[in-house]
Amino acid sequence: MPVHLAVALDGTGWHPAAWREPDARPQELFTAGYWRDLITEAERGRLDFVTIEDALTPQSSQYSGLDDRTDQVRGRLDAVLIASRVAPLTRNIGLVPTATVLHTEPFHISKAIATLDYVSTGRAGVRIQIGGQAHETSHFGRRQVPEFDRPDMRDPEYRAFAKQRFAEAGDYVEVVRRLWDSWEDDAEIRDAATGRFVDRDKLHYIDFSGEFFSVKGPSITPRPPQGQPPVTALAHARIPYTFAARSTDVVYVTPHDLGQATEILGKVREEQQSAGRAGEPLHVFGDLVVFLDNGSGQAATRKARLDNVSGAEYTSDARIFTGTAAELADELLALHEAGLTGFRLRPGVLPHDLDQITRELVPELRRRNAFRAEYEANTLRGLLGLSRPANRYAVSA
Amino acid sequence: MKQIHLAAHFPGVNNTTVWSDPRSGSHIDFSSFTHLAQTAERAKFDFFFLAEGLRLREQGGQIYDLDVVGRPDTFTVLAALAAVTDRLGLAGTINSTFNEPYEVARQFASLDHLSAGRAAWNVVTSWDAFTGENFRRGGYLPQDQRYARAKQFLDTAFELFDSWHGGEIVADKESGVFLSDPNAGAFVHRDDQFDISGRFNVPRSPQGRPVIFQAGDSEEGREFAASTADAIFTRHGTLAEGQKFYADVKGRLAKHGREPEDLVILPAATFVLGDTDAEAAELAEAVRHQQVSGATAIKYLEHVWNRDLSGYDPDGPLPEIDPELGENTIARGRASVRMFRDPLATAREWRELAEAKNLSIRELVIQVSGRQNFIGSAATIAEQMNELVQGNASDGFILVPHITPGGLDEFADTVVPLLQERGVFRTEYEGSTLRDHLGLKPLERG
Repeated sequence: MPVHLAVALDGTGWHPAAWREPDARPQELFTAGYWRDLITEAERGRLDFVTIEDALTPQSSQYSGLDDRTDQVRGRLDAVLIASRVAPLTRNIGLVPTATVLHTEPFHISKAIATLDYVSTGRAGVRIQIGGQAHETSHFGRRQVPEFDRPDMRDPEYRAFAKQRFAEAGDYVEVVRRLWDSWEDDAEIRDAATGRFVDRDKLHYIDFSGEFFSVKGPSITPRPPQGQPPVTALAHARIPYTFAARSTDVVYVTPHDLGQATEILGKVREEQQSAGRAGEPLHVFGDLVVFLDNGSGQAATRKARLDNVSGAEYTSDARIFTGTAAELADELLALHEAGLTGFRLRPGVLPHDLDQITRELVPELRRRNAFRAEYEANTLRGLLGLSRPANRYAVSA
Repeated sequence: MKQIHLAAHFPGVNNTTVWSDPRSGSHIDFSSFTHLAQTAERAKFDFFFLAEGLRLREQGGQIYDLDVVGRPDTFTVLAALAAVTDRLGLAGTINSTFNEPYEVARQFASLDHLSAGRAAWNVVTSWDAFTGENFRRGGYLPQDQRYARAKQFLDTAFELFDSWHGGEIVADKESGVFLSDPNAGAFVHRDDQFDISGRFNVPRSPQGRPVIFQAGDSEEGREFAASTADAIFTRHGTLAEGQKFYADVKGRLAKHGREPEDLVILPAATFVLGDTDAEAAELAEAVRHQQVSGATAIKYLEHVWNRDLSGYDPDGPLPEIDPELGENTIARGRASVRMFRDPLATAREWRELAEAKNLSIRELVIQVSGRQNFIGSAATIAEQMNELVQGNASDGFILVPHITPGGLDEFADTVVPLLQERGVFRTEYEGSTLRDHLGLKPLERG
């Protein structure tokens, strides 16, 4: 089985001092050309997809609240719109923007991703992010949330909060998915004889009613080209694994070594079983922050230099890899052997570490027969080996 | 000579749009949006315009199936169109009832960045709980609160747009200063609709904020436009009506400290082109028959009668029974039913007209509903349009083709060159932003 590879794009890269590197383009962060160049580079490397980070609040170096720092990148454009802006300029790569669920309407997100699927002719996905920190919630003024210093699942109060929020996210994805199916593929009939444009028996109310909201449907947007664009989510603990196993097609996990990878995979597969999806494909991708250089020790030195510039050692929820592309290939293939179906790499610095992925890592994986030479499909589901799903509302003939 | 402003309206989900014509293409494939937008840009139009409706229409308790149905997400399709056009403005209709200011402001600011200054927002309010059923926060607002909410929504969005003044992104690699101001984006807004505070996370966009469109025609709507909008989207197509509206709205600007050129008045306009005026008239008649099938005529009549008329023959006479009075319940998700304020009088008028001219239901509906604004040869249409603009009935037109996606091609090829010859329409874009195209002054920094 070949490895699936995605890249997580965020600002000028994941290291907070990335923007100060010589090849960084911090002045262009808010232009279309910046994103076009990154995503077309990822496409040249024949990667499965890119994700685009987003949030309904400025970046911060701390979990709780803003930090008022002026020495790091602050500000971002809407990720769905970046993806859509670049879609007509690319042909094969999947486009997976981040959507925050707690403050947005599932009806809007459903049609936005469906539309991204239309403009990219079948390459849309979405990364579901919960959101809900107090400093974000105040931007909407619609709900009260408790404040936490950090997301600590051992804290019973936080755990209860998380459980509730992931339940809401589950309902949110359910609504998004039902809306995608609320038009059958052949609903548009253009029947001149009866004067009917659509067959309304093939349009469906979704009639969702849950603890958090209710949504009537149908969508205003016809079923997207992929039927169901892939839904993805990052997960670090049992509660999010439960959500991911129930609701997503790709879950990003953060093992720091082989042992953790095996343990996490066990939990995710267990949750998948409990969700009644044992036979269905659910990709489990490993997330890694990567600093890549050709010389031995060079990447570690570069990372140390960046840490020095930013005044603190860069740490992450994900494993931070420093080394050569060949060393990374060794590590990825070992994790792949353990059961991870792919990887979402977070480049430490853009474009440097992205170029290293497309120009060094990808050829290295190809030499080991572990990565595609050419795109084998023109939809994101196709690249991920997912078939086009039947519509839940269609009455089978 | 005044310069004419022209825009292209993507054909809507109503019976103006003819889907039964062999030339009619997809209403959802991106290639159709690209085609119309690129035609508009080739013809040097000011902007592309997209309407919105957030619930599929129903009539008699069922989804309405006779018109085109299905639309894309407004922001998403406009962002993609920014990739296949360079100068064309990108105007989207976004509801202030089913959205939050923070989210909408960042979507418009993002669109403005990603299109290098070409975004516009047609601000609409919703009218019913029917549409609200698709949203977690519902949405019904009493009539008298709708403009207040829209105004507060827009004021809040303006505060967010202005929370970045421009120039905060220093990004000096040497000194390590990314932001010149740690408080960039800070805002606090409290009124009876919105109680929000924090930090807006999109830096000031090329135009400062999207160009603001308003489409209401009521007293509140006109006042709202005069105080806040950059352009107004109207339905007054004739010279006399247009002049009256134009004078009224432009006359309201001074008390808001604004100049007449600060608000551009653009009626929506349909057109049918022929090689000769006679041919165009014939084509127009044929288009009207495509737009109003027998089934469509019955459904249209139901808007006034407010009852099920499916038993009537569209080729027969009008119903003798009177309209059902009271709240209109037959058609939902449709603004046009409110046009008929006195259904009994309308029914009486239509019966008289049908009798006098011996019209069937279908023929009557063809007569009384949505006639084309411009019918004629390219020379005739160019002449009429110029007359309306020079006569201060409008500043230009938002053209609504009836065929997707090629319905503007002929206009671009034949009418536009004639307007250019007269020196009343640009031959090249002079500026790069939509504000430039519309002749609006650049905004001062927030």
